Amino acid sequence: MNDRYVSVWFPFFKTDWHSRRHPAWRSVPFVLFITQHGRKLISAANPQAKANGLHPGMVVADAKALVPSVIAIEEEPSFFEERLHKFAEWFIRFSPLISVDPPDGLMITATGCAHLWGSEENYLNTIAERLQKEGYTVKLAMAGTIGAAWALCRFSETSIVSNGAEADALRLLPAHSLRLPDEATERLQKLGLIIINDFLSMPAPVLRRRLGKTFIQRLHQALGLEPEFLVPVTPTIPYEQRLPCLEPILTRTGIEIALQRLLDTMSRQLLSEEKGLRLARFRIFRTDNSSQAIEIGTLKPTRDSIAVFRLFEIKLSGLYPEPGIELFVLELPLTEALSLEQEQLWKSTLTWENESIAQLVDRIVNKIGSEAVCRYLPAAHHWPERSIRKADHFLEKPSLPWNNDPTRPLRLLPSPEPISVTAPVPDYPPMLFRYKGVIHKVCKADGPERIEQEWWIQDGLHRDYYQVEDEQGCRYWLFRAGHYGEKESVQWYLHGFCV
Amino acid sequence: MLYNKENIIAQLRKEILTLGGCKAPATTPQERDPFAFMNAHFPNGAFPVAAVHEFVCGSPEATASTCGFISALVSSLFPPHSAAVWVSEENYVFPPALRLFNIEPHQLIFFHTRSTKESLWVIEEALKCKGLSIVIAELKAINFLQSRRFQLAVESSGATGFLLNLTPKKLTTTACISRWQVQPSPSSSFDGLPGIGWPRWNVELQKIRNGTKGSWTLEWTGATLQPLYESKGQPLEWPQKKVG
Repeated sequence: MNDRYVSVWFPFFKTDWHSRRHPAWRSVPFVLFITQHGRKLISAANPQAKANGLHPGMVVADAKALVPSVIAIEEEPSFFEERLHKFAEWFIRFSPLISVDPPDGLMITATGCAHLWGSEENYLNTIAERLQKEGYTVKLAMAGTIGAAWALCRFSETSIVSNGAEADALRLLPAHSLRLPDEATERLQKLGLIIINDFLSMPAPVLRRRLGKTFIQRLHQALGLEPEFLVPVTPTIPYEQRLPCLEPILTRTGIEIALQRLLDTMSRQLLSEEKGLRLARFRIFRTDNSSQAIEIGTLKPTRDSIAVFRLFEIKLSGLYPEPGIELFVLELPLTEALSLEQEQLWKSTLTWENESIAQLVDRIVNKIGSEAVCRYLPAAHHWPERSIRKADHFLEKPSLPWNNDPTRPLRLLPSPEPISVTAPVPDYPPMLFRYKGVIHKVCKADGPERIEQEWWIQDGLHRDYYQVEDEQGCRYWLFRAGHYGEKESVQWYLHGFCV
Repeated sequence: MLYNKENIIAQLRKEILTLGGCKAPATTPQERDPFAFMNAHFPNGAFPVAAVHEFVCGSPEATASTCGFISALVSSLFPPHSAAVWVSEENYVFPPALRLFNIEPHQLIFFHTRSTKESLWVIEEALKCKGLSIVIAELKAINFLQSRRFQLAVESSGATGFLLNLTPKKLTTTACISRWQVQPSPSSSFDGLPGIGWPRWNVELQKIRNGTKGSWTLEWTGATLQPLYESKGQPLEWPQKKVG
């Protein structure tokens, strides 16, 4: 096991947060309180308040009696939980796996991260400096187990302990540094076992019988004998590439170079695993601690870095790099298997399944929207408006044969337009019809073709379709709704223009 | 000597055509050229592919006929299953009707845009796409600059563009290789039977770069385009009509 964990503890998290906004409060006693059963209890106190004997759990009235000048502010419930979560998201620049350690700490899985900063000392110093610059009091400790890092951070001056040396480092720390349940701590005190060394060498069954299962679990977790799992604040994405920058990046050229580099690395990784991306997200983290993301999707799995770059290029202007970008991250939330043979096949085919067409469609979808592109497939309906449907998936093949009826118009009106006609009853095509003020004399006609309503979908009259040709040779697709005689007037409609 | 000179001039003419963006067809003509009756009007003696053609459509009826004529061209000029896209702002095309021209409607990709600006961008992107053979686009207006951009795009990609100009009142000079106008023409029924015959159009080639104008009456007989009249009403042989 070569895991490394960093525990981050903010001893004055809540008061520091307020002090950042009101720098004057930094030098005066200042407390936060919550109202419980009508009493105002102190929930957090700043260093000045602590020096004056104020501590969490005290009643505000008592505190005011002790230190009349104390500033007391009510704490909003669950406000600091959210702040801590936000903080954890900001920490992503130091490691991809950050977990919240309530109420005032964070746990960083630093396995394989510290070397990017030169050494573990530098890593911790960088984090501490950044946080101190922001105005937070912070303590850090790094160890091979979560339990040890937690204990060292809060109860020891040692900040780095190598893997395997946890037992020695913990020896002199108090027993409750093991994150024990309250009853176990109390019992240990009763038994006179104050520091960890007092019970470290005792056999496990003896301790389990007297102090419970959780105690043994905590002890073993701190020593690395039992695994412990963390829930990271951001779900891990298996395909993720990061590119930190020494100097903040501000220009488009800089962003493009970063994106290109990330895509090249990613496409090599995808090639080695025979995968292709379907969704990609490009995130930037700015020096003012905010982040932005642009996302693209593709129709088919691809690992062509140039094509993907061109998709991102359209959206790059939506990024605001001011005051400078310090970290670029490329994530692939969705990937699909793409074998070499498949890739070759898509590149060489000359039909609509060609790779370059998929790239064209991707560009259009990412610029205009997915509703802009469609293919039509036959549907199992005779009603003309319902006889075609949009393909659900770009590569979907038709499951039904197409209707080969030559009377279908090449241009169909979205909704039939009413026309006035002169037609012999009962079922002859019209002799004359008027459409948009122009009278057309019908010379030839084909029909009727009766299309019944699909009663399980919609009620209404059936349609009798005719293809007619006027004197000029213009061909139309007309229909009569319903029978003569059922109603006084029968409406005719023009539904399309035939070739 | 004279023979040599003619040869040289023909060679030079070809070179000028190539410089003007009109490439000679790379493949040898098919056994039975479907456009033998038209070829004399075209540069290089073949229908210009890898170029942008403009079609003037004045009315919805003419637009339908133009779409039919383009479908017939696509069906007879390009190998089956060639990649094609159709760009339009309003969706009027009813894909099942393309079966009349032996085109598989599900292989056609439709791009529906929301504005002319978007259409122009999509058309240019499509014309630049190397894997695409045919781009059919409906446009409300087109000016010289846009058509020049389209022409440059096809010169590098080899796609063939068919632009339907839906507002012929504002006809301007364009960089398209040709301008066509297609009007419906009364069909003739099979052996005097009642009903409507094969689709028939009056096709007018109003403008062609490095070629000569012409007009024809053409009939689509389900598999080929048949000429009925050459310009100035000179009747050609009438094709044998099939019954049914």
